Order: sequence, then structure tokens, then C-alpha cells
Amino acid sequence: MKTTLKTLLLGTAAAVALASSAFAEQRELVINTDTSDPAPKAAFEALIKDFEAANPDVKVKWNLFDHEGYKTAIRNFLTADAPDLANWYAGNRMAPFVKAGQFEDVTDVWTANGLDDQLKSAAASMTIDGKKWGVPYTYYQWGIYYNKDAYKKAGVTEPKNWAEFVANCEKFKTAGIDCVTTGSKALWPTAGIFDYINMRTNGYEFHMDLTAGKVAWTDAKVRAAFAEWAKIVPYTSANHAAIDWQDAAANLVQGKAANYVMGNFAVDTFKKGGMTNDNLGFLIFPEITPGIPRAEEAPTDTMHIPSGAKNKDDAKKFLAFLASAEQQTKINATLGQLPVNNKSTVSDDPFIKAGFEELSSAYALAQFFDRDAPAEMAKAGMEGFQEFMVKPENLDKILERLEGVRAKAYK
Amino acid sequence: MALANVGTPARAGWWKKNQRKLAPWLFLAPGMLMFLVYVIIPIFQSLWLSFFDWDGLGAKTWLGLANYTELFADEAFYTSLKNNVIWLVLYMLAVPAGLFIAIFLNQTVRGIRVYKSLFFFPFVISSVVVGLMFSWFYAPGFGLFFKLTEWINGTGYAILADDRYVTYGIVAAGLWPQIAYCMILYLTGLNNVSPDQVEAARLDGAKGWSMLWNIILPQLRPATFIAVVVTVIGALRSFDLVSIMTDGGPYGSSRVLSFYMYEQALSEYGYRMGYGAAIAVVLFAIMVVPITGFIWKMVRDERSGG
Amino acid sequence: MFPKPIEKTTPATQTLYKVALPVALFLWLLPLLGVALTSLRPAADLAAGNYFGMPSGLAFSNYYEAFTNTDLSKYMRNSFIITIPTVIGAVGLSCLTGFALGVYKFKSNLFVFFMFVAGNFIPFQILMVPVRDLTLKLHLYNTFAGLSLFHIAFQTGFCTLFMRNFIKALPFELIESARVEGVSEWQIFSRIVMPLMRPAIAALSVLVFTFIWNEYFWATVLTQGADVQPVTAGLFSLNGQWIAQWQLVSAGSIIAALPPVLMFFAMQKHFIAGLTLGATKG
Repeated sequence: MKTTLKTLLLGTAAAVALASSAFAEQRELVINTDTSDPAPKAAFEALIKDFEAANPDVKVKWNLFDHEGYKTAIRNFLTADAPDLANWYAGNRMAPFVKAGQFEDVTDVWTANGLDDQLKSAAASMTIDGKKWGVPYTYYQWGIYYNKDAYKKAGVTEPKNWAEFVANCEKFKTAGIDCVTTGSKALWPTAGIFDYINMRTNGYEFHMDLTAGKVAWTDAKVRAAFAEWAKIVPYTSANHAAIDWQDAAANLVQGKAANYVMGNFAVDTFKKGGMTNDNLGFLIFPEITPGIPRAEEAPTDTMHIPSGAKNKDDAKKFLAFLASAEQQTKINATLGQLPVNNKSTVSDDPFIKAGFEELSSAYALAQFFDRDAPAEMAKAGMEGFQEFMVKPENLDKILERLEGVRAKAYK
Repeated sequence: MALANVGTPARAGWWKKNQRKLAPWLFLAPGMLMFLVYVIIPIFQSLWLSFFDWDGLGAKTWLGLANYTELFADEAFYTSLKNNVIWLVLYMLAVPAGLFIAIFLNQTVRGIRVYKSLFFFPFVISSVVVGLMFSWFYAPGFGLFFKLTEWINGTGYAILADDRYVTYGIVAAGLWPQIAYCMILYLTGLNNVSPDQVEAARLDGAKGWSMLWNIILPQLRPATFIAVVVTVIGALRSFDLVSIMTDGGPYGSSRVLSFYMYEQALSEYGYRMGYGAAIAVVLFAIMVVPITGFIWKMVRDERSGG
Repeated sequence: MFPKPIEKTTPATQTLYKVALPVALFLWLLPLLGVALTSLRPAADLAAGNYFGMPSGLAFSNYYEAFTNTDLSKYMRNSFIITIPTVIGAVGLSCLTGFALGVYKFKSNLFVFFMFVAGNFIPFQILMVPVRDLTLKLHLYNTFAGLSLFHIAFQTGFCTLFMRNFIKALPFELIESARVEGVSEWQIFSRIVMPLMRPAIAALSVLVFTFIWNEYFWATVLTQGADVQPVTAGLFSLNGQWIAQWQLVSAGSIIAALPPVLMFFAMQKHFIAGLTLGATKG
């Protein structure tokens, strides 16, 4: 009896000691994200849980910011009170932080985990000065989402090229439906329309040159793109400047509009509003100038380590974990987006499959105007697009103003 | 006596003598220190910063007056200035509007106190809530204002989407609490109007407008003065409603200087702290005029023993 | 009394007035009534496009959802943690400064006074970058202390104006007689003047509470995230999450607006006294 009691006591003491020592040894990993919308929030919850399960000696502290507010907040927390990991975007968008030395070089993570091979499609957009500055974990396709019931109502079929698309618009107008809808209050939805029209009219290389500041905004080719855009402006929802993209989504859901140039993240919103795979359609943006190779928009979301991070070792582990084919499959299944890792698998969802085919057969991938162009140019450009959509007659003034900004923004 | 003096430590005597001279400075010290550090010095720091190009992350580059020359050639600057003028002019409507509501409510019917409180209500809620309320009011499709214009006109009017009139829509939202504030000032002022003068004027046959103009308004001068100053300052400083209702849009047409400054220095696409500081300095210079006017009047009042 | 007392007018005018009052109030509070109604409207109504018809039910659950499913309760808590110390600090400091400027005659008295007054009226955007930098350097960025300290400093301008004018109106004989009796300056302040300042302290506290609770700009500049941000900035970011969910935005707005409103109705006299000080001078 005595011995059993003693063993029991010793055992308990040992267990307590082990538990508390394990507890004491838990390292903290602080992650800041802006994944406040429902699907990204759920995806990150699962990701963090899986990481903690695979790394029981690490405890994750997750700070979730509102999506729009994060864009201001990140500039503050990178300077003061940096987390160990923060999400952001690729390409020109991460350049200011890289140049200011606020992101950590993670080329070692890429090399150690074979990411140059597995994340090949996004490698270029993660590289500055030959080094890698973060890990991409998802991208998604853009295209035209359309309401099949609205198409039926106007007696219209899917357009094979731009001329047919514009002709359809007139038929929609007769049926009392807006051919195109968008919510331009936050500015960026207009950029999606511009990027596609420019790439389809003038080609991917020209678009990249324009966003890199090598071409003048008053160039004849730019005007040609706007001329094509002008063809659909009269058929666009009124008052788009006062509504957000989610309000415009309601227009598509309710059949008040037929087409919406959007990213695949919007499918969740369309479906919550009541659309199904039966009446929600997806179109690749139609060809405008015949013969131009088809480029697509595929903005990439990324994860970075701030150079002021306290726990860089575990942060690097997290990046490797995030880059793995398995986790990318899982995350993107929840997000409804596409894994960057080419060893991942995609779901059976028709939109995902369509996107996967669209992007893998694309000639090249753009990152979206507000990531391909530097911040000042992006803001002026998008304001110009919004103004053009409300007042197409102001085109000359707009282009001259943008040209003036280009002179200053690319120093 | 002399013995007692010898026994007293010299320091205590010095303190007792100079207490009254030092006391004000000791009382002022904590408040002044805070004010100096957080208000006075930053004004000069901003002025200094406006001569540099700084993205808030890296090193500062000396520009001299280049920020200002760029500013005076900047279209957005003039749009902001124009909007500030619209704010200033329209905001002044709060003063007579407040006066008339005060006169309207200056009766002693039952429950008038409840009415006065409820009319004052908009001043007590945050500008964020006011902005959200009016965004809802103007919203295309279902907003009350939109529906009203639809009912009158056939098609609804989304004022926040129209670059010509968006500022008017926002100013209307701002007038709501501002009128409430002026109203309270005037209600108190009306309470203190001398009843003898009013009676005397009535006996002379004055009523309505002439009574208001000749007898009442002169007695309301202190209230009017404060109402005007606070309204002017409020109009020039306004930021919250622009930020919440339109974020400066559509395409920057509702910008005001205080918002443009924030956009340039601290927003998602704004990395130009020096340029933002220059805008702030210009705004400050503009506001120095009414502030100095107010101080000047206060100085005169103080000197005349008021 | 101006205008003509209503009892002295015709019965017709009297009825007209009694009708005009509620109508005017209704029109005046229309945006508020609309939002209150929307806050109780079930989400299904809004999705179906029923914005102004009879609500299909009274969805008090909107308030529950707004309060519990989001960080709104955290934001409210943050607002209290920021506002109350600020009120104590600003009012406390200004009792000292107001006393100094109201009681003592010294050469730079008016100059210091006007510095406080002018500082209160400046466009505070000019302070934005330097104050943010200072707060970062003091490691107070995104802390309650960081935001509170700034507010205390800035409100000292208005509060000093207020207190100084109030103290100046107190009878100076009290202080003179105390001095003759050899009372120290500090004791004159704490034992004699402070008790007389109670109504002013009450009025000023209510006012400052309202100003700070409702303040938005500095909340966005100096804080981030639900751990520290007060309800004004928090409501704005929740609005970003709740796009097109007007029933939640409305409910959240009303919850956020409640504390100053309740305080206003409870302490009206003080509130109005505070705002109108000086409006009847001269």
C-alpha cells in the first residue's frame, strides 16, 4: 500500500513536472494576418491548428486585422512591435518593405525545401535582387462571372470575342439588364477591368511596360485600350462609385446585371446570395485584338518574416510548412483558390477547375494593377479609371494627369 | 524676534517668500510640459519635416521648398481647397439654423425639455456613427434619400457617386451635429436675454424681425461669436466624415486638406510624409487667421476686464 | 421673453405649434430613426430587399450578434480604458493650470493662456506625423497609454481655458484671506479652491468623456487591432467586415453610441453648462 501510494505520488509529481516543463518550454510565434473574411479566416484557423499539432513546442499567437485596415497597420507594426510572420503580397507591393530592410531574406527556406521547383509559377514575383523575400501560398484567377438566367432572359449566348460581348450588351440593355456591374468605391475593381482590356488589346508585354513606367499614358496604344473600354461604359451599372464590390455582387445575384469582372474569391459571396453552379457562369475574358497571346491576372498572396521578428527559427519552420503541397491543397480547398505549389491537388469545383486550366494554359500572369504598379501610380491610375467610368469624356485630362504622376512615381 | 529669525533655516524663509512667485509655474509645469511635448513642439517638427522627402521608413532627403512648389501645382490640392471653401461657407448655415431652432424651442410648453434634449442629440454621437447613418441614408438602391429622389424624379440620385455634389452631401451630414451645437449655445443665450429690454421694446411696438434684429441679436453676441469660431474651425478641420463616407472619392473629388494630408502621409498608397506635412502646414497657415481673430478678441475682452 | 410666449397667441397658433414640435423632431431625427429601425430588422428582410416595409419581426438578435460574434465588446472595453484615465488626467492637469492662470498675476500669464487656447484650435493633422513618431519612439504605439497621453496633452488646451475662466469668476477674497492667515499656496488650492470647483469638474468631465469616447482620427493613427482600438475606429473596421449587412452596422452603431448618450441624458445640466460657458459672458 505504502509503496503504491509513494509510486502514485512520485508519478503524479513527475507528470506535473513534465507538463509544466513542457509548458515552460513552449515558444511563442506571433502571426499577424488580414484574413478577416470568413473563408480565409477559417483557412488560417486550420493552418495554425495543424502547425501547432505538428510542432507541440510552439504556441501561436494570432492577431487578426480587418482586411482594409491592415494595409495601413502593417507600416506601423513592422517598425514597432513586429510579429514573427505577416501576410502581404508579391511583386511591386512588397518592394518598399524589402528596400527598407523590413522583410527577412528567406532564400534559405526556398533552397532547403525545393520551393524553386514546386512554387515555380510564382517564383519570379517573390524575387528581388536575386533573393527570395517570402513564400506565396495562394493565387486565384480573374475572369468574367455571369448570370446564366440573365443571359437567357436577354436571349444571348456566351460571346466568343469582344465584338460579340459588346453586341450582347445592347441586347441586355433592351431587356433592362446592366451588361456589366462593378462597385468602384474602393477603386481596385476598376483596375481589373483595365488590366484585362489593356492585355487583350495590346498584349502582356505592353501592360508590364506600362505598369513599370516605361510607356507613356498618352501613348496611342493606351488610348486604343480606353477606346475599347468606352464601348461598354454606357452599359455599366449606374452609381458604381458609391458602392463596394459586395453591393455590386448583389446586382449580379439578383439578375439586375449580367457580367462582373471579378476574382474567384467573389464566388463565395455570389453563392451566399443564392446563386448556384447552375446559374453562375465563368468566362475567360474574350479576345479583343486577334492573335494576341492570352495573359491572365493571378494576384498572389504571400507570407513574410519581418526583420524585427523575435522568433525567426520557428517562423521559417512555419513558412516551410505553409509551402508544402499538402498544406497548400488544404488551405486552398477552404479558400476556394488555387495552390501555388504545383504538386498540390485541386478540388472538383467547376470554377476552381476552370481557373486551374485558365492559369496553367495562360501565356503569362499579371499581379493586378495595384501590385504591378508602385503605390502612387496605382492610386492615381485607379482614380483615373473610376473617373473614366463615370465621365468618359474626361479621357484626355485623365491621361495627361496620369502621365504627370508617372514622371514622379518611378524615381 | 531676532532670536526666532536666527533659528529659522534660510531655505524655509526663502521658500515662504518666493512661494507666491514660483507657485504658478509649479502648478503650470505638468500641464505645460505635456502640451509642449505633444502639441507645440510637433507643430515645429511638422514644419521642419515639410522641407524633406521622407517615406516614413528610410532616410530623409532635403528638398527645400520643393514640396510646396509641387503642392501649388497639384490639382488635388486645389480640389481640396475648393472643398474646404464649400465646407466653410455651408457650415456657416449652422449658426442661423441653430438660432432658429433655438427660437422655435424657446417656449415653456409641457415636455419642451425633452424636445430640447432630443434636438441636441446628434452632437452627442460620434462622427463615425453620423457618417455611417448618412451613408445608409444616401445609399443607392435603398437609402431614404435615394428613394426620395426616385419618388420625385423618376430615377434615384446617389449623391455620394456624383463628383459635382458629393461634398454637399457630406457637409449636410456634418451640419446635423453642428446645428445642434449652435442651437444649445443660443438656447442658453436666449435664457439670458434681458426680459426688461424685451418688454420695453414690445411696448414700443417692436415684434418679429425687428425685435430679433434690434434687441435680441445684439444680446446674443457672445453666443454668436463662439458659434462662429467653433463652426469655422470645425469646417476647416473636418476629417472624420470624409474618411468614413467616401474616403475622398469619387476619384478624390470630396477631398479636403485635412484628409489629403492623411492620404499622402499615412494611408495605404501614401508614403510621402514630407509632402503630407507641407499640406498640414498650409492648412495651419489658413487656420491661423480665424484663430488669431479669436485670440485677439479674447485679449480685448480680457484687457477691458470682461 | 422672446419669441412671444405661445400662451399669448391664438389657440390656432398654439395647436399649430404643438403639432409642429413632434413633426419637426421626427424630421430632425429621421436618420437616427431609420438606423434604429434597420438595426431591428431581420437579415432576411434586407436580403429580400424589404428596407422600409413592415419588418417581418423584431430582430433583437442583431444586437446580440453584433455584440458577441465580433470584437465590438472588446472595442467598448478599450474605449472605457482609454477614456476614463484621459478624463481624470486632463481634468486634473487643467485644475492645476487653470488655478495658476486664474489666480496669479504674472507677466506671461496671458501669453501662456492664449497658447493653450490657440493649441486647442489648431488643425491637429499638423501633429500627426511627429506625434506618431514620438509615440513609436516611446514604445507606446498601439497602447492605451500612448493614446491616452496624447489626448490628455491635447485636451489640456480646452480644459485650461474652461477651468481658468471658472476660477477667475470665484471671489478672490477667499484666497486673500487665506494668504493672510499664512496658508500655503498648495493648501489654498486643495482645501479652498478645489471644493468650489466641483460643478466645473463635473461639467468638464462629462464633456471630455464625450469628446474622447467619440474621437476617431487619433484612434486610427495611434492604435491598431482589437486589443487596443476604441469603439470609433473599431466600428469603422467592423463596417468593413459587415459590408451590405446594414442590420449589423446599425446595431453596432447604436451600441457604440450608447455610453455618451446615456451620460448626456443623466448629466444634461452639466453637459450644457460646460459647453455654454462663455456664451453668456459680456
